[in-house]
Amino acid sequence: MKWLVRILFGLVLVGFPMLGGDFYVNLASQIFIAALFAASLNLLVGYGGLVSLGHAAWVGLAAYTSAWLYLRLGLGHSVTAPAALLLTTLMAALFGWIAMHASGLGFLMITLALAQVLWGTAYRWSAVTNGDNGLSGLTRPAPFGIALDKPAAFYYFALAVTILALWMIARFAGSPFGAALRGMRDEPRRMAALGHNVWLVRWITFVYSGFWGAVAGLLFVYYHKYIHPSTLSLTASAEALLGVIAGGAGTLAGPIVGAAIVMLLKNYVSAYLERWNMLLGIVFVLIVIFMPEGVVPGVRRWWTRWRRQ
Amino acid sequence: MTPALKLDGLRKAFGGLPATNNVSLEVTAGERRLIIGPNGAGKTTLFNLITGDLKPDAGAIRLFGEDVSHLRVHERAHRGLARTYQIITLFPKDSLEHNVVLSLLGLSKARWDAFRPLAIQASLRDEARRVLGMVGLEQRATRPIREVSYGEKRRVEIAMALAQRPRLLLLDEPLAGLSREERSAVKQLIDAISRDVTVVMIEHDMDTALDLAERVTVLHYGSVIVEGTRGEVVADPKTREVYLGN
Repeated sequence: MKWLVRILFGLVLVGFPMLGGDFYVNLASQIFIAALFAASLNLLVGYGGLVSLGHAAWVGLAAYTSAWLYLRLGLGHSVTAPAALLLTTLMAALFGWIAMHASGLGFLMITLALAQVLWGTAYRWSAVTNGDNGLSGLTRPAPFGIALDKPAAFYYFALAVTILALWMIARFAGSPFGAALRGMRDEPRRMAALGHNVWLVRWITFVYSGFWGAVAGLLFVYYHKYIHPSTLSLTASAEALLGVIAGGAGTLAGPIVGAAIVMLLKNYVSAYLERWNMLLGIVFVLIVIFMPEGVVPGVRRWWTRWRRQ
Repeated sequence: MTPALKLDGLRKAFGGLPATNNVSLEVTAGERRLIIGPNGAGKTTLFNLITGDLKPDAGAIRLFGEDVSHLRVHERAHRGLARTYQIITLFPKDSLEHNVVLSLLGLSKARWDAFRPLAIQASLRDEARRVLGMVGLEQRATRPIREVSYGEKRRVEIAMALAQRPRLLLLDEPLAGLSREERSAVKQLIDAISRDVTVVMIEHDMDTALDLAERVTVLHYGSVIVEGTRGEVVADPKTREVYLGN
């Protein structure tokens, strides 16, 4: 039964571009990117218990780095992509080191502040970022000579990268390292007394989560072929955090479902409803009331209750 | 022989109020030491200083001759120090087995493995089962902590400490809140700990744990007021004063 559902789901994912129109295929690509972004944040929030409100920094930084290297230095994607990942990961190492000096609300505020610094820089440092106009005139890469300009081609590319990333994140969560991380979320003092290096494990997780955020950032800039400071904004970070919490923090599927809800409301409903932000708010209030633990654990709970009856 | 634990002039104050006031003591390797004292005597503070959860204002802590005063909590665990908590500190949603596995992981290199599933680490699981067997909880290994009784949780606390094969074991009120039967079960458990392990135990109530110890230290307002063999401490009038009031 479980396998049947999985195979069916896989077939739908693979066959989707043949059935859906360009609008829906592009929407699906954007959902993959948002899901990867939320899943990377979930490493910190869900498994680490470290609530960050600055995760958009990694998407924006990777996107800007890749765009700038291409536009100003004329470098190809085979150089800009690893360079953007490396720079963003190094930055995450630095930011993590700073933010890890605080915990709880302090941690949240520092991540927010650091991301705001990047956001402000993107707006003001026009010589590099082109300010409010953003950087345009970008291209998509052509891995193995396959052009990604058609919606379907990009869809498969984004799907492949997202699946690989989610698989790596799942392995991380299920590993001894992930178990230790979850232990530190619940009882950090006890974990230290058991010989676990709480600080180091959390810092490594911060850097790792920043790396996958950067991967999402590359997909983001490849998709839009454009980057604007709003990518680095508090709203972008908050949207991802909402997705994680609404879908179910600390579960594998939760951030994917949560990100999909946000993206659908943002891109689909907004076509019909001008006040889509209000609807987003209402949806989240309903989720919090009926499934405070998030949609994925909530549905699971309802399902087991229903089957028992 | 180097003592297992040596404290020199240890001081810790909270807002000017001394919780540990110039405490010096020595525990020989293999010894069973009981630390008693009324509420607020600074017993748990003393443990927190030894483990590194708290930083002393002054004084030094030596484990087996090594000055560990500046080591962090997890580094001291790697020097062979393990503890249990007065207020049960377990992972309530996880199984008994997983709790012990987290303890085993703490000292295992496998804790840095971020790719292979924890579930396939059969050696960790087998060892966790074995340790749970030692405290008589093998049958409950897969149950989540929140579903087992208080007495069983106390035994898991001890199992997690024993799993680390410590050289020095600190037990913070291991008998607190237990029924008479549970108490004798836990006492037997402590009695059965190998003599390779030095045990320092805190108890609030003098009578319950006296027979587990060879030497007893009485703390009062953060200071050591009496120390000696069981008989000496019981006979000392200062002990009576602390416990019977004046």
